[in-house]
Order: sequence, then C-alpha cells, then structure tokens
Amino acid sequence: MIRSLPNSRAYTLSFKIYITLYFTFLFAPLLVTCILAFNDSQFPSLPWKGFTLEWFTGNLQERVGIFHDQINLDSIWVSIRVAFFVTLLAVSVGTCGAFLFEQEEFPLKQFLYFLMLAPLVIPGVILGISILMFSTTLGIYFEESWNMDVSLFRPGFWLVVLGQFSFISTLVALVVSARLKKFDRTLEEAAMNLGANRFEVIWHITLKFLRPAIFGAGAVAFLMSFENFNTTLFLVGSEATLPINLYLQVRDGSTPVINSISFLLIVGTSLAALANLYFSRKKD
Amino acid sequence: MKYQYRWALLFFLTPVLLWLVLLIVLPQIDLFIMSFRVENDAGEMVWSIVNYLNFFNEPIYWLTFVRTAVYSVLVTFLTFLIALPVAFYITKVVKPKFQGFLTLFLLLPFWVSEMVRVYGWMILLRESGVINHFFLKLGILNHPIEMLYRDSTMMLGLIYTSMLFMVVPLISVLESLDDSLIEAAYDLGANMWSVLFKIIIPHAAPGIVSGSIVVFMLTLGNYLTPNLMGGKNSLWFTEQIYNQFIASFNWNQGSAFGFLLLFLSSLAIWLGLKLSKQTLRKVVQ
Repeated sequence: MIRSLPNSRAYTLSFKIYITLYFTFLFAPLLVTCILAFNDSQFPSLPWKGFTLEWFTGNLQERVGIFHDQINLDSIWVSIRVAFFVTLLAVSVGTCGAFLFEQEEFPLKQFLYFLMLAPLVIPGVILGISILMFSTTLGIYFEESWNMDVSLFRPGFWLVVLGQFSFISTLVALVVSARLKKFDRTLEEAAMNLGANRFEVIWHITLKFLRPAIFGAGAVAFLMSFENFNTTLFLVGSEATLPINLYLQVRDGSTPVINSISFLLIVGTSLAALANLYFSRKKD
Repeated sequence: MKYQYRWALLFFLTPVLLWLVLLIVLPQIDLFIMSFRVENDAGEMVWSIVNYLNFFNEPIYWLTFVRTAVYSVLVTFLTFLIALPVAFYITKVVKPKFQGFLTLFLLLPFWVSEMVRVYGWMILLRESGVINHFFLKLGILNHPIEMLYRDSTMMLGLIYTSMLFMVVPLISVLESLDDSLIEAAYDLGANMWSVLFKIIIPHAAPGIVSGSIVVFMLTLGNYLTPNLMGGKNSLWFTEQIYNQFIASFNWNQGSAFGFLLLFLSSLAIWLGLKLSKQTLRKVVQ
C-alpha cells in the first residue's frame, strides 16, 4: 500500500500506469501546441510537413510570424504594461494589508479581514461586471453633477488594471502575511530602544526581512495579471490584452501563429516558474 | 509613542480601505441595487423584481443555471477522484528522491495561461485535430469525428483546468498523515479499501473540502473553457451573463444573473465550511 509495506506487483504496476496516463493527460495539450508551432503548414494540425521557423520569423503575405505580427505584438505589450501596474499596486497595497492585519489592532479588524478575503471567493466574472457597473455609475454621476468626462470610468486600460488589482492584492497580502508571522518582533523592540521610530524600523528591518516574500508575491502577481481572462473580459476597451486577443482569434479560427505565441508563453512561464522555485528553495 | 502608533495604523489602513470599499464593497452594492432596477414604458428607471422573475419564468435561464450547478458538482467530484490517487502516489508510494521532481512536473502546466491550455485541447480534439489524425492512420476510424463541442469534452477541459487546486491541498494534507497508521492497519489485516475509507479519507477531509470549494467556485465562474470547448447547446451561466451585458446590453438583467451566481457560489462555500466545521481563514491558507 505504501512504500514501507510489501506491495503486490500488480498494485505497483497499475499505479505506475495510472501516473503515466495522468502525466500524459497533463502534458499532451502543451506538447502538441509547441510541436505544431514548427510545422511547415498553413493550419495548426498534422500531417507533419517539415520543420520551419516561419511562424516566428516569417514576414510573407500568407505567413506572418509572431515577430512581425503587429496586432499580437501590441497585445503582448498591453499585457506587460497592465501586469506592471497591477504588480506595483498590488504589492504596495497587499503589503500594507499584511502589516495592518499582523501588527495593528483596531475595531472591526475581524470584519475587515473577512472583507479582504472576499475577492478570493467572488467569481472573477462578477468582479468584472460589478466594477464595470460601478465605474459607469460614477461616470454618469460626474457627468451630470459636474459636467466632467472622466475617461478612467470607461472600459479601458486603467479599469483593467483596477479590476485585476482588486483580487491580486488579496493574494499578495496572504503571501506577505505568512512571512510576517515568522518575524521576530523583539528585533523591532531592540531597534526602537536604540531610538528608531516605527517607520524607520519598518523600512530598515521588517521590509528587509520580507523582501523574498515580496518579490515572490510580485512574480505571482505579474503572472496572474498577465494571464487573467475572466475579470478583464468585461473591462477591456480598445486595447486588448494578450489572453483576450488570443481568445478572439481562436474563436474565429486559428493559425499556427497562435502556436508560436503559445510556445513562447509556455517556455517563458516554465522558466519563470523554475526560477521562482529555485529562489524560494534557496531562502528556506 | 502613541502618536506614532496612530500614524502607522492610518498609513496602512487608508490604502486597504480605499481598495476594499471602492473596488469590492461599493461595486457589489451597486450590482445588488441595479439588479432591482428596470426601465418602465416611459423610459424611467424604477424599482422592480422583474429581473428575477424573468429568471424563473424563462426556462432557458434557470435551466442553464441548474445545468451549470450540476455540472460544476460533477466536475468537482471527478477532479477529486482523479487527483486522490495521484496525491497518494506522490506522498506515500513513490521513492522519496522522485517526490520533488514529480511535484514540480505536476505544477508546471498550471503556470501556463488557461487560454493556451484550452487551445492545446482544441487542436488535439477537433475534427482536423491530432487525435483524429492518429486514429485515421491506425485504422481505428474511417472518417474523422468531431470530438470538440460536446458536454463531455467541456467537462474534460474543466477538470483539466481545476486539477491543480485539488492536487495541491490533497498533497499537503496527505503529507501530514503518519505512515505508521497505515502500517498498523495493514498488520491488523485491513485491506486497501478499509484503509482508504477508514484512515486516508477521514484524515484528508480538510484538504478535500478546501480543494472542492475552490474547484467548485472556479468551475462555476469559468467562461473560457465552456465557451471554447462546449457546443452551441452547452451554455454556461457565465455566458448568459456575458450575453446580457455585451450582446443585449441589458445590464440590469445581467446584474440579477450575476447576483444569482454570486449567491450560489457563496452558498456552496458556506455549506462546505459548515459541513467540515472549518473557517474561511484556514481554507485560504
């Protein structure tokens, strides 16, 4: 049954087959996507017609590789910008949240903590529509009361940033809190006895201690923002992010350019994941 | 000292309050209010429960809702069935030196965007897809069949997408299970099934509950997978919401739907927590 007990050969063998099947199930779609990015064919399907890099570098009438595909390149750039601002905001506010709930005491703390967890249990689609409605309500109000036209309240870049920020901050706060729990607060007392004020302590001591957690949370925040679909769907304006753009293309039929983008994403995120794992192992 | 302390509290509290009030609380309240507003014949907005009545009177709406809920329960259960042996194998059966390696490979696909994963399944399963190609080559099929756009493929996609959120809590909960309990049961003559039902599942209950809650919630709120892998007839409730917002431009109806979805997902979470006597705080950690 377990490794310390004698197991029948049939048991071990069937478990091995099951696990092999499971990993095939996990990796088959990704591998096939990657392989077909290099197929010399107009469609992302078999038969194999030979190896080509044209879906990356090509710039012909019928074959525009990703490096020359302006629409897709633009959407990648939009996604990077969105993810940058979301990470910046979510890391700052999430870290504030971690300090607030770990080190401060105030009335209604439990209630506010519960509220902070709420974004995790509200489906992304609902976050998207509620923020869209509220911003529209605000937009109409500003328009009617002060005759002001605030572009922030219309679907677009900043609304996407705010929508993603609304739930990614919770994740950052949880990751940073977990690290802050392990912090030895006598270090703070020592610094205060030596004449440091609260902010100097936080800046020079606590934040130094939190740095690995903050970087880790930042990396996860960036990736989550880069890949978000559900919330973004309702808030996106004329600048489509990469997942939205890919979705529109896949829905209307696909070309191997999507495979080449997917290949770059799979390789990129795998490397990021490995790097993240490597650094988190190192700090423990 | 006291003075400084208050400033620190204010410094941390202000951004958090701004975030939660402006992006979570007020939008949800607005959603709730809007779901009770409707345009009357004179073109004015008035209070009404007509949006909710529409939901119950139009079979297409509540059927989609029930379908989405039932399928989500099914997906959650199947995900659990598939994930449990995997988690057990990694924590208890495989040689310890392979553990880290296998866990790493288990997590790797889930770092990749959901869009890419769904696309991978599409090029595998569709009529001109890779699986059909091999089946034709091997002579299993005479002509290609469309494997995409069925309820079963949609379920497959949803299970695939949710797998991570079931496997990770199961692994962490099984790691804390003491091997000697299973050894003792074995010495006393217990077979595999009694070990499974009397030791493993009771011990893993907290992990099972937290995994199930997350999987159920994510499946319920998924838009991408049902939309791309499901057929024309397999409408998901999130698609109804999208249609109301983007296609019909009936935001009030859409917010009523949104609120119903939120209600269902909160209910499921609450039930899961009550049944297992856990707190939300524990589950998210």
